[in-house]
Amino acid sequence: MPQLIKVGMADYKIACHPNSLISYGLGSCVGIALYDSVTKIGGLAHIMLPDSSQARNVENPAKFADTAIPLLLNDMLKAGAQKQRIIAKIAGGAQMFSFANITEIMRIGERNTESVKNILRQASIQLIANDTGGNFGRTIELRLDTGILFIKTIDKGEKFL
Amino acid sequence: MSEDILSLTALQLDALREIGNVGAGNAATALSQILNKKIDMSVPKVAILPLGEVPEVVGGPDSMVAGVYLRVFGPAPGSILFLLPRESAFCLVDMLMGKEHGTTQLLNSMDESALMEIGNILAGAYLNALSFFTKLTLLPSIPALALDMAGAILSVILIQLGQMGDHALVIETEFSTESKGVSGHFFLIPDPGSLSTILSAIGVTE
Repeated sequence: MPQLIKVGMADYKIACHPNSLISYGLGSCVGIALYDSVTKIGGLAHIMLPDSSQARNVENPAKFADTAIPLLLNDMLKAGAQKQRIIAKIAGGAQMFSFANITEIMRIGERNTESVKNILRQASIQLIANDTGGNFGRTIELRLDTGILFIKTIDKGEKFL
Repeated sequence: MSEDILSLTALQLDALREIGNVGAGNAATALSQILNKKIDMSVPKVAILPLGEVPEVVGGPDSMVAGVYLRVFGPAPGSILFLLPRESAFCLVDMLMGKEHGTTQLLNSMDESALMEIGNILAGAYLNALSFFTKLTLLPSIPALALDMAGAILSVILIQLGQMGDHALVIETEFSTESKGVSGHFFLIPDPGSLSTILSAIGVTE
C-alpha cells in the first residue's frame, strides 16, 4: 500500500517510491522538495523561518531554512540518493494578510523564500521550479514516481511543478 | 526564558483562563447584540501546544476558514485571530446583510468589510475587558481578512512565536449561534514577552 506521508510545520521527512510526501496549508512557510530521479528518493521540508542564527531558540533545526536543508539532504544521501542528481522545487512564502504599513514580520514569506534559494545555491542544488509569493495558502504533494510537485490552492487552481 | 510558557503554574493558567472568560464574554455579548441572536460560548481553553498542532484546534491545516487578524498594541502586544469555517462565515454574512440563509457563496468587498468589522468589534470588546482587568491599555490594529487554509492563516502567528520557541500559548473560546448556523474560534495569542506583563498586572507572578 503506497502511503501518503504527512510533513507537519517545522518538520522534514524523506521517503521513497511508491510513497508520497505531503504538507498541508503552507502560508508564509516554505516547502522544499528534493528529488533524485534514479533512486526515486525524495524529501520534503516545511520551514517557518529563514535563519537560525537570529533565533533565540534552535532546539528544532527543522524550523529554519539554513539548518533544515542540510539535514534533509544528508538523510537523503544516507538513504542512497546521489548529490549530483538531486534537484529542488519550492513553494509557499506567501503573505497572507496585507496591512498598510508592512512590518518586517509580515514580509516573512519573502524572506523565507530568499533564504531557501541562498541555502540551495550554497549547497549546489539546482532549483528547477518554484511557486512562491502571492497572498494564498498552498498544499503541496511530492510524488516520488515522477518527482512532480503537485500544488493545490483554495481558489487559485492547481499546478504541477 | 524562551520557553517560559512551559513552566506556568496551575494558578497562572487559571488566571489566564479567567482573562479569556471575561474577554470572550464581553465579545459574545457584542456579537449577540449585532446579530440580535443568542450566542453560546464555550469555557475558554488555555492550551500550550507545539506550534505544528495549533491548526488541529480548528479542524486541521487544510480546512477552509475565514480569518480576521488583528495585532494588539500596548504594553502587552500580541495577536488576535477570529477564525470561522468558510460556511459559517457565509452564514454570518447572510445574517449581517439581512439576506436569506444560504445566499452568500462568495464574498464581495462589502461582505469582506462586514466580516472585518465583526472582527474589529469582537476584538475591541475582548480587549476592553482585558484592559479593565489588567489596567493595561491594549488597543487593536485595523483588521485584515483572509479566506484560505487554516494552516496558512495560522502560520502568520505561529511564525512570530517560532522565533522564540516551539510552543504556543493559546487562549481560545468557541462561539456558536443557537441554531449552530455560525460557529467560530476566537484566539488570543500573547507575544512571548507579554505573558509576564499580563501576569504581573493581575498579581499572579508565582
